Amino acid sequence: MASITLDTVGKIYAGGTRAVTGVSIDIADGEFIVLVGPSGCGKSTLLRMVAGLEPISEGTVRIGDRVVNDIEPADRDIAMVFQNYALYPHMSVRQNLAYGLKNRGTPRPEIDRRVAEAAEILQIGPYLDRKPRALSGGQRQRVAMGRAIVREPAAFLFDEPLSNLDAKLRVTMRLEIKELQRRLRTTAIYVTHDQLEAMTLADRLVVLNGGRIEQIGTPLEVYRKPASTFVAGFIGSPAMNLIPSRAVPGLPGTAHAGIIGIRPEDLTVAPDGPIGMDVVAVEELGAQRLVHGRTGGEPLTVTMPSDAALSDRLQLAWRPGALHLFGAEDGRRID
Amino acid sequence: MKRTIFRNQLLPWLLLAPQLAITFVFFLWPAAQAVRQSFLRQDAFGISTQFVGLSNFKALWNSPEYLNSLQVTAVFAVMVTVLSMGFSLLLAVAVDRTIRSSSLYTTLLVWPYAVAPAVAGILWWFIFNPTIGIMPYVLDVVGYDWNHISSKTDALVLVVIASAWKQISYNFLFFVAGLQSIPASLREAAAIDGAGPVKRFFDITLPLLSPTTFFLLVVNIVYAMFDTFAVIDATTEGGPAQATNILVYKVYFDGFVGQNMGSSAAQSVVLMGIVIALTVIQFRYVEKKVAY
Repeated sequence: MASITLDTVGKIYAGGTRAVTGVSIDIADGEFIVLVGPSGCGKSTLLRMVAGLEPISEGTVRIGDRVVNDIEPADRDIAMVFQNYALYPHMSVRQNLAYGLKNRGTPRPEIDRRVAEAAEILQIGPYLDRKPRALSGGQRQRVAMGRAIVREPAAFLFDEPLSNLDAKLRVTMRLEIKELQRRLRTTAIYVTHDQLEAMTLADRLVVLNGGRIEQIGTPLEVYRKPASTFVAGFIGSPAMNLIPSRAVPGLPGTAHAGIIGIRPEDLTVAPDGPIGMDVVAVEELGAQRLVHGRTGGEPLTVTMPSDAALSDRLQLAWRPGALHLFGAEDGRRID
Repeated sequence: MKRTIFRNQLLPWLLLAPQLAITFVFFLWPAAQAVRQSFLRQDAFGISTQFVGLSNFKALWNSPEYLNSLQVTAVFAVMVTVLSMGFSLLLAVAVDRTIRSSSLYTTLLVWPYAVAPAVAGILWWFIFNPTIGIMPYVLDVVGYDWNHISSKTDALVLVVIASAWKQISYNFLFFVAGLQSIPASLREAAAIDGAGPVKRFFDITLPLLSPTTFFLLVVNIVYAMFDTFAVIDATTEGGPAQATNILVYKVYFDGFVGQNMGSSAAQSVVLMGIVIALTVIQFRYVEKKVAY
């Protein structure tokens, strides 16, 4: 149990490449933080710096009240779940779980107790004496989590742990991770590029782009009030429509904005609506359909009920308060 | 795997013919000759030849010289294998830790493999030459009187070093490849699990390297027993007092210097048996990969 504090953390690789710039985050004890962003945004580097697998070039990282910059990974009291699980292939599941405890000189009965407990929580009891290669992807994932929880660390670090699983299993495991973290009340930092995973898991999201923080906030804050066009386009599926204001002239209250954002689900068909759209393509999702078209030459997407009437040209209106305005140059939100 | 079906029945045989011909002329035929000759005895002038059954083999088991050679071979093979594998693993681990210019190191370290065994032997023979070599001079400073012409131990050490040195490149390449196939995240996970660098090496790296290690073990034993002929021939010629007379050299010496064709053939048949046994072990276990 511990809080984690990142203070203007930066990373410059030996070759001079800058991966992370001025990242400051205060993570409360027991909080579930998700670092999300496209590949190459520095999220994994940031996590690896917290883990101690990557030297910290600038700033400080605190776990609890200790500055851990120069502390070995083993002594940071953290546990990490890797993308490829990183299970030791020559050891049984039991040995995999016990390895970290054994290295720390935990007494045998205590090891057995904790392994049994973790196996119970994760329902991997029947596989304890198998080798990792005899397990399915989901089971391996559980063992990897088991290896983290037996240690009873101050924090869990997850590096895209679900990206090797199929879509269905990913949803199940997502829920399990969330429940597990709630139950153990252990601080967690979770890295993903999947915005849906980020939304569903996080107490707070940290959206990263180009090695910098774009926005920190609860999933709903980030969804409702994206701080920039980058966040607006990244969080939410289907992505928010971002239209240059000149493509839809005369919309009330948008004169000072360079870019107007409207979520597809906030648009409705209205005969006297101010936005006209020429329909180009329709995607059926079952309960809903996505209608893609153009307005003033710019692409636009609308979510509609699947029984709504379609025509080649639609007039659209938006829900009150659903317009997001962004500056033309910096793409930052204008309130 | 892609399978090609030949319509013409003759073509596949034609394509195989060169390889089959080489195998027949340079392997099957001489091997058969050796087996045949191992049952025969020739007089000193090669005029009369008589069938003697297994007596050539029996004579080997009763020959102290042959048993000595067997022992020398075992010691030699173990020393060459341990020395060359140990040293190349050390180098491979060092290169694996270096990110920059590791390809340059790799290239340079592969060079000894391109040196012919006889040349390697001569090279080390010069380095260790009691009269003109640099090493005896250095050893003399620390108070050791090196002379591989009279000392059995010195002679054995010389051929072991020369033979092991040549094999280091080969082992090194395989070890580097083996190390690079171990995901970095395993070592990182172990680091987080509280294992220091040395413990990580023995707990994680070495066990995961075991398929490579086993493969190289067999290859190195075979190398030490059979491919080191030129090294011995160029340096000690089996001496002094049989101290470096390994089996493969004794086959040559008894047959072509001593002109005892029957005994030499019997010895080569024994060697052939050992090669076959090692190859079987190789295929049995390496194909399955050593279990982890």
